[in-house]
Amino acid sequence: MKKLEFDIPVITHYPKTPAVQPDAMAHCQPFIAKTEHQESLGFPGELVENWHDKAIEKMGELLGKYRSLQVFMDSCVKCGACTDKCHYFLGTADPKNMPVARQDLMRKVYRRYFTFAGKHFPKLVGAIDLTKEVLDDWYKYYHQCSECRRCSVYCPYGIDTAEITMAGREILASVGVGQKYSNEIIGKVFKIGNNLGLPEPALVDTLEGLEEEVKEDTDVDVRFPVDQKGADVLLVTPSADFFAEPHVDGLIGYAKVFHQAGISWTLSSHASEAANFGMFIGSQDNMQRVAMRVREAALELGVKRIIVGECGHAWRVAYSFWNTLIGPFDFLDPNYPAPQHICESTYDLIQQGALKFNKEENDDKVVTFHDSCNVSRASRMGTMPGGQFVIPRALIKASCNHFVDMRQETIHEGTFCCGGGGGLLTDDLLELRIKGALPRVQALHEVIEDHGVTHMAAICAICKSQFTKVLPSYGMGMDMIISVHQLVGDALELGKER
Amino acid sequence: MYFVSILYAGLFYLATLILVIGVARKVYIYSRIPAPLKIPTTPAPTTKSGVAARLFREVVLFESLFKASKWTWLFGWVFHFGLLLALLRHLRYFTDPVWSWVGVIQSAGVYAGYAMVFGLLGLWGRRIFVDRVKYISSPSDHLMLALILAIAGSGLLMKYIFHTDVVTLKLFMLGLLQFQIKLLPGDPVLLIHLGLVICLMSIFPISKLLHAPGLFFSPTRNQADNPRERRHMSGGSRA
Repeated sequence: MKKLEFDIPVITHYPKTPAVQPDAMAHCQPFIAKTEHQESLGFPGELVENWHDKAIEKMGELLGKYRSLQVFMDSCVKCGACTDKCHYFLGTADPKNMPVARQDLMRKVYRRYFTFAGKHFPKLVGAIDLTKEVLDDWYKYYHQCSECRRCSVYCPYGIDTAEITMAGREILASVGVGQKYSNEIIGKVFKIGNNLGLPEPALVDTLEGLEEEVKEDTDVDVRFPVDQKGADVLLVTPSADFFAEPHVDGLIGYAKVFHQAGISWTLSSHASEAANFGMFIGSQDNMQRVAMRVREAALELGVKRIIVGECGHAWRVAYSFWNTLIGPFDFLDPNYPAPQHICESTYDLIQQGALKFNKEENDDKVVTFHDSCNVSRASRMGTMPGGQFVIPRALIKASCNHFVDMRQETIHEGTFCCGGGGGLLTDDLLELRIKGALPRVQALHEVIEDHGVTHMAAICAICKSQFTKVLPSYGMGMDMIISVHQLVGDALELGKER
Repeated sequence: MYFVSILYAGLFYLATLILVIGVARKVYIYSRIPAPLKIPTTPAPTTKSGVAARLFREVVLFESLFKASKWTWLFGWVFHFGLLLALLRHLRYFTDPVWSWVGVIQSAGVYAGYAMVFGLLGLWGRRIFVDRVKYISSPSDHLMLALILAIAGSGLLMKYIFHTDVVTLKLFMLGLLQFQIKLLPGDPVLLIHLGLVICLMSIFPISKLLHAPGLFFSPTRNQADNPRERRHMSGGSRA
């Protein structure tokens, strides 16, 4: 591995808010999308000549399209409540990673071109022209935000920087400066069906391999069906679940639960991906196009239910946006009229007494739980607000004897992003990812010291990949991070009478 | 002196027009722009009444700010509710006879002036001494604090040192309400106080003071968490 050219942040006993270091991350930006990756999404291939006018025009269009953007541009009073809330600021000390400053990159331009005060008294209100330097700053700092919404919890006006980041990225892509990682992946989804570009034969092969593996381990025939017409449940899960570690153990967990509960289910090769990077780049059109595959697959296979695997932003899209974008779901079983999260489904089965656990299987572990940002602050599970916190913990407690939570302000709605969300899970942003993980790692470190925690469970493919990659930088084992459904699957009593 | 009375009367009418039309225009614009997707910051209430309660807590208790920063919350809350009480106290210049409850709050209203000054100084202190808040402050952010501090300060000066002729002042204000221009006392501190208020009213619709109507239109706060139960369709999401 290439030697890192930056210092790994030091874990201090108490979390500290750093003193601002201007431009500390000014060198950091992801690769720019190539022409082909831009054009397959309907964006210009490279920076257009009249980018200034096009960008302002696009901004005007978005201001009229999204109430959030217009209201958020006007409402900020610069109170500073958000300034110490972003994991990227806490990890990098770059002041442009403070949510308000990130918003101001766009707000200064908004004021200059769209407000009376900014047109006539720019210096007074901090309004600036859109120059190439400003556009470059947008590219850098709108790709140092993981759209995790932590700032929106604390803003007295509910300003959500994620909305502004999405608008910023959409403007950038529309003038030809898209992000390679996200756009390339969306292209793969359109072309092949999933983020990893895993074609159908490889998928089938992988799943057959899993069937054999589970058979060897448990002596039970747990199936992993694909494209099985007439199945009751369509499972839509992030493609990382098919072979990445530790994700795949989660997939095995889902399959064991379905097997034990006697639920007939199937994956789809057409919609072999729950992730929807259309959200990350702020493009509602692309988000809708990605999501539509799920509706098409569900109708094609004639399923009665849709269940979504462990994936944070995918659950935001599924829970909050699917009904709008690809609904109505009037073709589903009226008893399950909306797509469900796998945790909701497993939780219901536990409530019904359909699953039995041998918790001792997990006695070698002391487990804590990492709330995923999009699940926590942009969705729900179950019928009660906050069910997204209760239900995954209930699954862990049903399958483990030793569970402890991390510090209160770092869990539930205050949870820290893993540092790799929002389309930033790419090696060209490794420095940002390592530094951005600091607040979560800090809280994890505390429970390791105080409670001997050995594992952190998660319900998001990005979180799992990110922690696997960055935990070793902090001297922690990459195998500390596991799927909630791995714990469930390992403790589930298979094959016994239901 | 009569010239000053006419000038101030004219400015008051103008400022009122700017304030009312400017804010109404913004509110109209906000209400016309669609919110195509469901984006409440969760956990969020699942019902309309729950949303009303959430907004009430934001407006009255500054719930989110309390979660964020206890000092900013303290200064901000004390300032805003000092301002509210001081404004209500001033109703005695616009009502005849004075409404009974306005009479009751008169003495508390004086402390409200001090509360405003305390809150404003605290908020200004953060802008100067906390490096993060200093970084995000524009000249206009400092000027806004200076403006409101000067309004509160000039008000307190009149209460305790440079008394003005409140009887004549009240006749002027009641006259304005009936579109009659009466004599305005010519005390410099009063003219400064009123001039700054006119200034504040005029910049309201073109400044960050729009946070007041903005909060009610903030989709992360005013949407119910019910996307599965009700299919949300608005603007771009309406096919």
